[in-house]
Amino acid sequence: MALSEELARIGPNATTRPFWEACLRRELRIQRCGSCGRFRHPPLPGCPHCGSAESEWPLVSGRGRIHSFTIVHHPALPFLAEAVPYNVVVVSLDDAPGARMISNLLDAEPGELRIDLPVEVWWDEAGPDVVLPCFRRAR
Amino acid sequence: MRDQTCIVGTGTTAYGRRGDFYERGQVDQIREALDLALAESGLDRRDVDGFASYSVDANDPSLLAPALGIPNVNFSNLVFGGGGGGTCGAIANAAAAVIAGLAKVVMVYKVITQPPHMRFGAAYGSAQVAADPMSDFHRPYGLVSPVQFFALLFQRHMHRYGTTTRALAEVAVQTRAHARRNPKARRQEPMTIEDHQSSRFIAEPFRLFDCCQENDGGAVVLVTSAERARDLKAKPIYVMGGAQGGDSLWGQGLTSQNQPEDLYTSAGHRHLAKRLYEMAGVGPSDVDVALFYDHFSGMVLLQLEDYGFCKPGESGAFVENGGISWQGGRLPVNTHGGNLSEVYLLGMTHVVEACRQLRGESTSQVDGAEIALVTAGPSNLPTSSLLLRR
Ligand SMILES: [Zn+2]
Repeated sequence: MALSEELARIGPNATTRPFWEACLRRELRIQRCGSCGRFRHPPLPGCPHCGSAESEWPLVSGRGRIHSFTIVHHPALPFLAEAVPYNVVVVSLDDAPGARMISNLLDAEPGELRIDLPVEVWWDEAGPDVVLPCFRRAR
Repeated sequence: MRDQTCIVGTGTTAYGRRGDFYERGQVDQIREALDLALAESGLDRRDVDGFASYSVDANDPSLLAPALGIPNVNFSNLVFGGGGGGTCGAIANAAAAVIAGLAKVVMVYKVITQPPHMRFGAAYGSAQVAADPMSDFHRPYGLVSPVQFFALLFQRHMHRYGTTTRALAEVAVQTRAHARRNPKARRQEPMTIEDHQSSRFIAEPFRLFDCCQENDGGAVVLVTSAERARDLKAKPIYVMGGAQGGDSLWGQGLTSQNQPEDLYTSAGHRHLAKRLYEMAGVGPSDVDVALFYDHFSGMVLLQLEDYGFCKPGESGAFVENGGISWQGGRLPVNTHGGNLSEVYLLGMTHVVEACRQLRGESTSQVDGAEIALVTAGPSNLPTSSLLLRR
């Protein structure tokens, strides 16, 4: 139930493919520097902190907290007219400090959304070749 | 760089509604703005030998030089980035070119015309963006418009510091009051705090009146050496410093939302502010008037903090206590009416208004204004800012 199939068409490259391939297996893997050990997201070919090109893709729990959110009322694109109002959340991941993910919280009623709300990853089959990591309230 | 170059002429076209000048084309508007800037400065079009712009400008010198009657091109330059982050950087590049002897008179230019099929506010949902793998991390979730990116940053500021939308209203209402004294401003209807608070949400916590306009128009600013400026018609406005760039950990933070916490609740201008004040040899207490890039009202608040007019988290109280009031405020802000209420020309009118203030010609004049701060749009890196003096 992605907001829009048109927006959910993704086009990975060598840097981002490990993330999206893991998503197809319903695994949340976040890039971590092979040298200084710090997480980063979205993926980058080098570490912003130490410059190393070494990286690994550890599995993380998918648990986190809402760092910030907005509720979008005005559809910026015509085909989002049916989707508004919808939320966009920024999630800080519990076991990937420093990494934040932009996503949607799928089971929040208006008014329930708040910063620091505990959440967990929830997989959304947005298309035949796309599984989007979304979130729901932590169980 | 300090005081070696001057802005000697400025010109702005007539302003139109979004799409009004699309058919007319951008080059013709650049010509209109250039002619006004030349008339103000007393320079001839044949004196111009350099071009500087920003924001992926399509009007390159091969098109402009012949159409504008400029015989020789000795310098041309474009600042990276999409939105209004490069305005002040383009002025700084023009100044640098003059100081280095690459060119004698550089015109800095920017025009907006919106085509019928695309709006600025939808830029991050375009086909071009869809081909960028970095956009896969925000576009699928419906995060496709600048207002939404900034709403996320400001929401966190509200949570961390207790800032309220009443502070946003203060910025919008003061800016509108300035616009109403400026006959050229597009928004002349009065606005009260209640009007702001009852306007519809666009992306919470931002309402309609927190957002800049979308419109058509253009501007040109002429930069030359301080020595030459002394013999010209307009009162010279000295470039004290021009900083561009930012903190690498801000990087693509606007679209990726992954800045460290202290940067997250800022406008991403702290590194620039420090560098700019060092270049100019002055500090916030020396600034008489500020032209803050106001694509969204909340970013005026965050820039007040980044440029040291108050501490992080205190901008809400600063504006609610009259800090940006035109009369009696510590720091009058956006006295032309800003992007919010005058016109949205990607920050060029902020440079133009700074010059008016320093020449004593603003419609909301700050008594005795000697030093003006101008900022370009908070955005992904690079962004930029300027200090000007009379
Ligand atoms: Zn590292």
